[in-house]
Amino acid sequence: MSDLDAQLTDAGLQPSGGGKVLLLACGALAHEILALRAANGWDHLDLQCLPAIYHNHPERITPAISAAVAAHKDSYQRIFVVYADCGTGGLLQAACAEMGVEMISGPHCYSFFMGNEAFAAADDMTAFYLTDFLARQFDAFVWRPLGLDRHPQLLDTYFGNYTSLIYLAQTDDAALTEKARQIAARMGLTFIHRRTGYGDLTSALAQA
Amino acid sequence: MSDDDEIILADLNDEDLVAQMFDDLYDGMKEEIEEGVNILIGRGWEPYRVLTEALVGGMTIVGADFRDGILFVPEVLLAANAMKGGMAILKPLLAETGAPTIGKMVIGTVKGDIHDIGKNLVGMMMEGAGFEVVDLGINNAVDGYIDALIAEKADILGMSALLTTTMPYMKVVIDTLIEKGMREDYIVLVGGAPLNEEFGKAIGADAYCRDAAVAVETAKTWMARKHNRASAG
Ligand code: B12
Repeated sequence: MSDLDAQLTDAGLQPSGGGKVLLLACGALAHEILALRAANGWDHLDLQCLPAIYHNHPERITPAISAAVAAHKDSYQRIFVVYADCGTGGLLQAACAEMGVEMISGPHCYSFFMGNEAFAAADDMTAFYLTDFLARQFDAFVWRPLGLDRHPQLLDTYFGNYTSLIYLAQTDDAALTEKARQIAARMGLTFIHRRTGYGDLTSALAQA
Repeated sequence: MSDDDEIILADLNDEDLVAQMFDDLYDGMKEEIEEGVNILIGRGWEPYRVLTEALVGGMTIVGADFRDGILFVPEVLLAANAMKGGMAILKPLLAETGAPTIGKMVIGTVKGDIHDIGKNLVGMMMEGAGFEVVDLGINNAVDGYIDALIAEKADILGMSALLTTTMPYMKVVIDTLIEKGMREDYIVLVGGAPLNEEFGKAIGADAYCRDAAVAVETAKTWMARKHNRASAG
């Protein structure tokens, strides 16, 4: 499990299977997409993931998606991009429109896991979100890239204005919930557990 | 880095010392930067020259390497912290020597957003370039911006946003300035990683700036224009 997560963070996942539709997704969504595919018998969906760590460099997302669409568009009937805006400032949406492929709507995965409507209505301004993936990959994804392993004194510079950590849980996993709770404690934030399930991801994939 | 340990800053000539300070700033070495600043002052450098040539010069390199993906956020923060150490020594001296003030900027992150690293960096570099900066912090609603612009008699409004969900709020602020007939009184600069030139134009800002160095240059250009207009007026 953790080997796969490390791969999803830094390298991504190559497409496999003989489906008619290719899902081009963020590595942070691989477990969730595979779980939904298995649960719903969506065998027509193949999955390719880009490195989740692109999160920290959103300017790399749009070119990487464009290249992957170009590489695979002849081998599939359809391609669906499982990325929200993710800080591309509308550029990913524009590129997808130009290439004639659809993508999931919303600003980021925290929003579509909560449900985009619920997210827009929520007032979590001083909260930092975790998802299942982020809880598992917190060190590789947040702690180390932000230099907190080497420079713990930066914690306050990053999180000084935060009051809580909201764990948006896709699954019921006691060990993972405990891990999220420990992360909150390490950061000095109030822990809030919110079971979201897969939110808008389910309906988006059902239509993919 | 055992070589570096042996370098005695006071033994270096001015040129080598400034080059060494660029390296130290890049590596976020606050104490060395403070020492370097004190040495240059001791050698009779004007505080303003120390600020621009040694500190701003070094930080510009850090900014460029962040933009190019060579450095990431923690390195930028450590460098900024080192620069702050140097600026703390220079600030009182600058006040005494009556260093030039180019203009006054009110800056803040927009409502709903608590990302502030980029905004802080822009504020610091603007200060380093000779602007007076009033930092409103994070999560600013339109009234806060407008009250501060008036109270501070500012020339420039700077707004920062890092979230797709908070970027549109910049337009709310600009539209309110228009409604109140105040838009022409201020230069409006916007920035933040998800923004781009097109967005800046669409919301009616004077300029989008992709980083702190561009922000400084843009602010200087617009201030010069403002003065020309005023004297032609
Ligand atoms: C560091 C960071 C954080 C830190 C912020 C710490 C802090 N005190 O600011 C932490 C970890 C706390 C954080 C939290 C969150 N973040 Co964040 N974060 C980032 C990250 C990695 C870097 C931003 C940064 O500081 N860059 C360093 C500075 C130097 O660069 P900069 O901000 O771009 O500023 C430069 C220029 O843009 C310009 N500039 C900036 N402002 C201004 C203003 C003016 C007037 C001018 C002229 C110029 C200018 O000059 C600056 C200096 O050169 C970005 C991704 C990225 N690479 O941009 C995500 C990112 C912005 N975050 C994101 C998200 C989703 C969040 C969270 C919701 C995540 C969560 N799990 O809860 C929360 C937000 C909560 C909230 N209510 O605001 C997303 C946004 C996605 C979207 N659709 O909008 C991004 C894009 C990551 C991603 N791809 O998912 N984040």
